Amino acid sequence: MEDKILLAHGSGGRLAHDLVEKSFVKTLANPLLARLDDSAVFEVSGRLAFTTDSYVVSPIFFPGGDIGRLAVCGTVNDLAMSGARPLYLSLAFIIEEGLLLSELEKIVNSVRLAAGEAGVEIVTGDTKVVPRGSADRLFINTAGVGLIPEGVDISGDKARPGDKVILSGAIGDHGIAVMSQREGISFATTLKSDCAPLGGLVADMLEASRNINCLRDPTRGGLASTLNELAGQSKASIRIEEKDIPVREAVLGACEMLGFDPLYIANEGRLVAIVPPEDADKILKAMKNNKYGREAVIIGEVAAKPPGRVVMKTVLGAHRIVDMLVGDLLPRIC
Amino acid sequence: MKYITEFRRSELAEGLISHIKHGSKTPARFMEFCGGHTVTIFRYGIRQVLPQNIEMVSGPGCPICVTANADLDKAIALAQIPGVIIATFGDMLKVPGSRSSLQKIKAEGAEVMTVYSTMDALKIAEDNPDKPVVFLGIGFETTAPTVAASILQAEEKGIENYYVLSLHKLCPPVIRALLDAGEVELQGLVCPGHVSTIIGSHPWEFIASEYGIPCVISGFEPLDILQCVDMLVSQVEKGQSKVEIAYKRGVRPGGNRQALKLMEQVFEPCPARWRGIGEVADSGLKLREKYQRFDAEANFTIEPGPAVEPAGCICGDILRGVKTPSDCPLFGRVCTPESPVGPCMVSTEGSCSACYLYGEGLGG
Repeated sequence: MEDKILLAHGSGGRLAHDLVEKSFVKTLANPLLARLDDSAVFEVSGRLAFTTDSYVVSPIFFPGGDIGRLAVCGTVNDLAMSGARPLYLSLAFIIEEGLLLSELEKIVNSVRLAAGEAGVEIVTGDTKVVPRGSADRLFINTAGVGLIPEGVDISGDKARPGDKVILSGAIGDHGIAVMSQREGISFATTLKSDCAPLGGLVADMLEASRNINCLRDPTRGGLASTLNELAGQSKASIRIEEKDIPVREAVLGACEMLGFDPLYIANEGRLVAIVPPEDADKILKAMKNNKYGREAVIIGEVAAKPPGRVVMKTVLGAHRIVDMLVGDLLPRIC
Repeated sequence: MKYITEFRRSELAEGLISHIKHGSKTPARFMEFCGGHTVTIFRYGIRQVLPQNIEMVSGPGCPICVTANADLDKAIALAQIPGVIIATFGDMLKVPGSRSSLQKIKAEGAEVMTVYSTMDALKIAEDNPDKPVVFLGIGFETTAPTVAASILQAEEKGIENYYVLSLHKLCPPVIRALLDAGEVELQGLVCPGHVSTIIGSHPWEFIASEYGIPCVISGFEPLDILQCVDMLVSQVEKGQSKVEIAYKRGVRPGGNRQALKLMEQVFEPCPARWRGIGEVADSGLKLREKYQRFDAEANFTIEPGPAVEPAGCICGDILRGVKTPSDCPLFGRVCTPESPVGPCMVSTEGSCSACYLYGEGLGG
């Protein structure tokens, strides 16, 4: 029988010790983690960004990624959206007893690969095992710190009329890829999650110009909710053009079938940047030269009125409001 | 052929809009019956691009919206019977009945499960053989055949704990009722697309022949609606009234024979209550005698109490095309998608929800 995670793996005893040594420390090898003290100790100087997020995605493996990759990318991206260079992450597991050890190892390996790609180290961690039914297979929490370079001042309240709105790539891939695997609505698709660490892309953008006013990754709630947050924080209006927003055929098709609007579907490897018009072209060019920004495009601009509102010019040339996501996404019935 | 992007192309839309503008001389009011069409019209801002002499009004084609409170109360009462599992499409959860909603009683402990298809409901029954599972059969001719299929499959597999609360409604009879009431004068009807996929174009003929109203069956993409309006305008200008299909990729004149056969086998027409419209003869579907053992109403004793309409809500008038969401004093103030008062704000296909979410006339 295949090895499974038992309650004893989270007890702090021998099994727990072995799990940490063999499955975590060895895979995620770095000197700070290997010390196995109660906290990781490191020196940094400058302005720090600090963030945390919990990951409860279901299913834990999905096309284009898994919960491990997601847990690294999500936190790395939150740091990057402040303009920070991500440095160190913590990694805490809450495991439902019975999870296959091989699955856990696969996920830890994804963490390793994603952290390597993002240039961050996992320097501290924790493992808890809970009885069957107390969690759904595996939950992960990561927290991270990053260093903000000199002269960078990015915040959601800095969008000004005239600024350009840049989107880094096609929307909806992650949400639809995950949904395609979900029990009850599973459907065949070649679509893969866009889950990716965006620290490198942001670094390239800042290299091109430090004048980036807002950065945000449109995760839960999708592009529509992110733009509404930025419009609200900046007390400005964001005007976008429907025809300029890239959406893959597969995402459009799935959305039609399920009664969703791609504007509200989650992304895990996309960002929205709001930048002064004079810097837009060079930032866009830098984005297009990065593998996670190849499809980057200007989708609209900031206006003064109506403040806090996102207005979209439809493909027919008419205008409509794009509101925040309301409640859960539910499928249509007719 | 690409079925989505091709039907959203700006340059084709421009051509159609200009054709409509040149062709339309006579003021005309067209009703889009179906909630799916209402959503497309708001989502793409179609009213803004049509010439001023064309008025679009929304009809009663949202199955959630037209479900009467008395029927909602029945569903809620069934869910309150200990041990009963209710399986329903998600949109129904939030709709307020006379005294509660499925969402509220779910929070209080009732077993209400959201499903994506009728067959999922049947699966729940199979997996829980010791509990009665009631599927809320809400929908038009589009949904009814799948419910019929689930009942036939339950019979074949010998599943004895599967029931359906049949609140299905039929579209052509209610349009006749609306036209007979004479409250809203129409020069054209945008006929529902997916309902017509099942029933075909023939059941709409009476509207053209008896009432002299042009009918065009439309798809759900913006170009579909524009083409449909263009065809309606052309009939109006020529003084014609006939039934045409603008949605040829989805609708055949004879409909879907297999689906119709399933419906006919399991259901028979019955009177049905429509919110805002009242009881309309032969506009509902009930299970035939032979399938009574699957009929939730015949197998459970429930006393839902008297139905009460929410005070101030004008969903009924909106569903008849007599009023618009902005005529409602509650709209956007007391009644929002987060805390809806009436069903038209709950359902994603309701006019109030579409009007609230997409706004209107926000010029650049």
